[in-house]
Amino acid sequence: MAVKNYILVCGGTACESAGGGDIYKSLLSEAEAQGVAEDVQIVKTGCFGFCEKGPIVKVLPEQAFYVEVKPEDSKEIIAETIVKGRIIDRLQYKSDQGAKGEAFDIENIEFYQKQYRIVLRNCGLIDPEKIDEYIARDGYAALEKCLFEMKPEGIIDELKIAGLRGRGGAGFPTWMKWNFTKQVQDEQKYVVCNADEGDPGAYMDRSTLEGDPHSVLEAMTIAAYCVGANKGAIYIRAEYPLAIERLETAMKQAREYGLLGDDILGSGFNFDLEVRLGAGAFVCGEETALLASIEGNRGMPTPKPPFPAVKGMFQKPTVINNVETFANIPVIINKGGEWFSKIGTEKSKGTKVFALTGKIKNSGLVEVPMGTTLREIVFDVGGGIPSGKKFKAAQTGGPSGGVITEKDLDTPIDFDNLIAIGSMMGSGGLIVMDEDDCIVDVTKFYLDFSVEESCGKCAPCRIGTKKLYEYLDKITKGKGEMEDLEKMKDIGSAMKKASLCGLGQTAPNPILSTIENFYEEYREHIEDGKCRAGKCKDLVHYEIIADKCIGCTVCARKCPVNCISGERKKPHVIDQDKCIKCGACYEGCKFDAITVS
Amino acid sequence: MPVETKELKMSEGLLSFITEWKKKPGNLIMILHRVQGEFGYIPKGIAEELGKMLDVPLAKIYGVITFYHFFKLEKPGKHTISVCMGTACYLKGGQDLVGELEQLLGVGCGGTTDDGQFTLEAVRCIGCCGLAPVLTVGQEVFGKLTTDKLPEIIAKFK
Ligand SMILES: Cc1cc2nc3c(=O)[nH]c(=O)nc-3n(C[C@H](O)[C@H](O)[C@H](O)COP(=O)(O)O)c2cc1C
Ligand code: SF4
Ligand code: SF4
Ligand code: FES
Repeated sequence: MAVKNYILVCGGTACESAGGGDIYKSLLSEAEAQGVAEDVQIVKTGCFGFCEKGPIVKVLPEQAFYVEVKPEDSKEIIAETIVKGRIIDRLQYKSDQGAKGEAFDIENIEFYQKQYRIVLRNCGLIDPEKIDEYIARDGYAALEKCLFEMKPEGIIDELKIAGLRGRGGAGFPTWMKWNFTKQVQDEQKYVVCNADEGDPGAYMDRSTLEGDPHSVLEAMTIAAYCVGANKGAIYIRAEYPLAIERLETAMKQAREYGLLGDDILGSGFNFDLEVRLGAGAFVCGEETALLASIEGNRGMPTPKPPFPAVKGMFQKPTVINNVETFANIPVIINKGGEWFSKIGTEKSKGTKVFALTGKIKNSGLVEVPMGTTLREIVFDVGGGIPSGKKFKAAQTGGPSGGVITEKDLDTPIDFDNLIAIGSMMGSGGLIVMDEDDCIVDVTKFYLDFSVEESCGKCAPCRIGTKKLYEYLDKITKGKGEMEDLEKMKDIGSAMKKASLCGLGQTAPNPILSTIENFYEEYREHIEDGKCRAGKCKDLVHYEIIADKCIGCTVCARKCPVNCISGERKKPHVIDQDKCIKCGACYEGCKFDAITVS
Repeated sequence: MPVETKELKMSEGLLSFITEWKKKPGNLIMILHRVQGEFGYIPKGIAEELGKMLDVPLAKIYGVITFYHFFKLEKPGKHTISVCMGTACYLKGGQDLVGELEQLLGVGCGGTTDDGQFTLEAVRCIGCCGLAPVLTVGQEVFGKLTTDKLPEIIAKFK
């Protein structure tokens, strides 16, 4: 009997942890119990991207898009949607903007409308643990085409026409990298995938590996054929257990199908790879440090040149690319470089995946064509800022990047434009801040990260990050001076010039960019002793307005250090000397009688 | 034959993993991962044993362990509570979760409770930013947290 319905359950980490795994199991047993197991295929897929509303369950062809589903809902989903073909109104996603009533189409959810999925083409559609599903969607067709119809030079030409640039951060043209390695004469060459994803607040690569691991394996095999490598490694963070598990399953299946290992597809070409685990050091995302780590050493960067393309893993020529870069490649081979080059801007082709998080309504993973504006990403795809708050800034590039403010909301986002406005693409973290976030505090957060992650090999970075952090700390404690801003800029530019690797060279960026864009806020902290967002505890001052206080005693009971006193039904007062600025009273007062300044 | 060190012994599984990886260059980190998977940390006796088996100086082994945040030198509690301090979680109050947990458990970040039940630690993004702020206890993820939900989570594992 033919399958009539498909139920797709999101198996990305966020949904899985919120109960997705149990939902999958209970749907299976309900389908069995209600006698429809034959009619429906239940698939656990990779991330749908719409993490905010997870766990998500889609039913096709009914176009049911159920959000915030619980395992208990399984019975009803099978009984109503599968058996009777009815949509369950209670679970169905409802847009709070668009017209209702009309035929509902998942593609019409604002969250997906402006997206264009190349990298995430299979995420949320296929079961990442089944190679057949990948193959059914053109999987491994590109590898076959390369092995039997294309010469290595042809592959490089195609990538050149496509204009693909590396998605790991720097945006280096991929074809050039491959070409360097291809041209070096050596018996042994390697292909390495950088899945270290160190930016704290980004998870694009993780979702790609969890949702579509074969796309990366296929691309790495193509790279190996192109440059003449027969061994490879995927360097992945140990913090990503689900992605590691799915990769290993994928590798095993690919070997069984003759798509990895010796004599791939009978072509005589051999390539195999292994997974190597990172161990929680951000600097290991930097390619030379990554290679040192694979070699079993402390992950410290080495000066370039020599570049890994020429002298990489175990001193052999090595192509090293990011997960997302690789995931683009099979599509480019299948559809042609020409096709790819029509998407995006003049100098940045294709799409970019962003992890949209922070103060945003629909946080999740989004893939948009290069050249999309930040306004479209934040307000159309992301649905804007929750609770009617005001947009303050978006941060890209993580600890190496900078902020984008209101004035640049309409700049088309691509590698070069982001640099021009003082930020950078980075790997794809896009963090939205609202008026409640203090820019100095967030900058301090990034510097704290860089201090901790500096490997300490070179002095400008080791000492510079520490100094910068100390200045910021001083400012957030109300002890800063205006000269500190100039001093930070000087240290920053020295670090940019003298640091050995990208970590030290870019660590000052968050400071330089925020001083440039939020000078006034720094000045307020320093000269007025004020933190407008109320985040810098040493500058915050809570006070009860006697006129508004009705003496309900809530604040006095909430205060953890008992520093609020007053009689019932009479105005209360805060003992400023004892106050620890926790804000519990402020949050507790239902009469807006407490002010923060 | 399981190898005995002072108080701990390597299992057959671990030994065969080491034999398999011994031949491969750059095996140290993978082997340390496996050791930590087995013991929850890298016990001193085991590190010494590894040095002999792999013919690597102990200084190099400790050099690697201390470079990477992931490796632990001390035995963690029965449950490890890892609070995400990635950017998204930080913006949404990760710091408050750490503060509250320190109060509730009576240990600082990185510490283990006296009864050996809980270890508290801060980690970087675990890729659930959509659920920020989040924490994990072992493999289980808890998202969209507020401080008042913490006692319940602790109680669940006690
Ligand atoms: C401090 C630092 C951290 C980095 N972290 C990552 C990372 O997590 N993932 C990544 O793919 N590239 C990272 N990179 C960039 C890599 O060095 C390298 O450029 C990239 O893997 C090349 O791949 P691509 O050409 O496909 O972008 C990092 C660079 C620096 C300087
Ligand atoms: S710049 Fe920083 S991270 Fe890079 S090598 Fe120097 S000390 Fe290490
Ligand atoms: S909670 Fe508000 S109204 Fe109640 S006693 Fe405190 S300040 Fe007054
Ligand atoms: S920042 Fe906490 S999960 Fe990503």
